[in-house]
Amino acid sequence: MSEVIWGLATSHVPSIGAAMDRGVTADPVWAPLFEGYAPAREWLADNTPDVAILVYNDHANGIDLDIVPTFAIGTAERYEVADEGFGRRPVPDVVGSPELSFHLLQNLMDDGFDLTVFQELDVDHGFTVPLSVWTPQPGDAWPCPVVPLLVNVIQYPQPTAARCYALGKALGRAIASFEGARTVGILGTGGMSHQLAGARAGFINPRFDAMFLDAIENDPEKLAALTREDFIREAGSEGIELIMWLVMRGAMNAQVRKVHSAYHVPASNTAAGLALFDNRTAQPA
Amino acid sequence: MTSRISPDLPGTYVFDGPTSRRGFRMNKLFMSLRSEAARTDFLADEPGYCARFGLTDDQTEAVLERDWQAMLDLGGSIFYIYKLAMMDGHSMQYLGGVFTGMSEADFKAAMLAGGRTDV
Ligand SMILES: [Fe+2]
Repeated sequence: MSEVIWGLATSHVPSIGAAMDRGVTADPVWAPLFEGYAPAREWLADNTPDVAILVYNDHANGIDLDIVPTFAIGTAERYEVADEGFGRRPVPDVVGSPELSFHLLQNLMDDGFDLTVFQELDVDHGFTVPLSVWTPQPGDAWPCPVVPLLVNVIQYPQPTAARCYALGKALGRAIASFEGARTVGILGTGGMSHQLAGARAGFINPRFDAMFLDAIENDPEKLAALTREDFIREAGSEGIELIMWLVMRGAMNAQVRKVHSAYHVPASNTAAGLALFDNRTAQPA
Repeated sequence: MTSRISPDLPGTYVFDGPTSRRGFRMNKLFMSLRSEAARTDFLADEPGYCARFGLTDDQTEAVLERDWQAMLDLGGSIFYIYKLAMMDGHSMQYLGGVFTGMSEADFKAAMLAGGRTDV
């Protein structure tokens, strides 16, 4: 029996990782963002799980447009850090947990989620930046093994928010029946509002982001009801990444306790958000 | 249920299936530029490299001219186009400036001021 102990939602903007890799996190443009992370990092350092699951998307680094899996799970012992064109980030490769991967695969398939399976995939900033947000100084290894869960958010039609939330719920059930670990952390990544291309490039919607940060804690069903068009209009064409937060949220209890949240504009062209929830809290009767 | 088409929102590219079909070869070229060896090959003979990847004439011209807007219009995905921009030493803020008719400095300033909240 395993238990999700926490959920961490965070943006995965490449420049956040680059700022850390270049040691410029104390510079005036970056300091407010990283100060916002500090309380979450402190809490996470005291709450290391046995294993983590990280929901993310690739950005033309591990996979291309030949095959676009809607949902995919990694089953490898190890995932290398991708070279995105400017050398790989100076962070450790990711140690996986095939045992948990196969357990999740079997249970999710039986629950109606027909996942693609990958056995080799280099992980890009979508994966490593959230790990760095969690653990700024990993040394030789990340705090625990991590299982990648890949979501297509780049090529339309992306899975619906409702389907992501349902996948999260199935994931929560699958985790509960896993005998090989006791504690599990889950990360939902991407967002918040941003748009990279078109005349609306640079679009940021702080009102939507504030609503999302509140509802991801208190009313995820409301977010699960949003359409793709809602996301693209309200959060920008790349803000649709926020559907991945719903996978994380779905795997958690109805009631969660917020440990910390933070919001900062900008990280490059993006509104950066973080929300950390403790899942070990009394549930409504 | 009728089949849904991708939303049409002003100033916004939706990278849908038909767009991805149109830009398939060009996006493959962009992705190849992750490796140093490919960048060297590309820079040594850009038209030849485009031909090798099977780009259309329009796409080849857009790539040779670094016409970032045309690359989007011809099926480029921003995440793939960015590989070429990076090779040229450009940032995503530079591209943002191109797409919005701003200088890179003005685009950066707009982001630092809280982003473009009124578009
Ligand atoms: Fe992303």
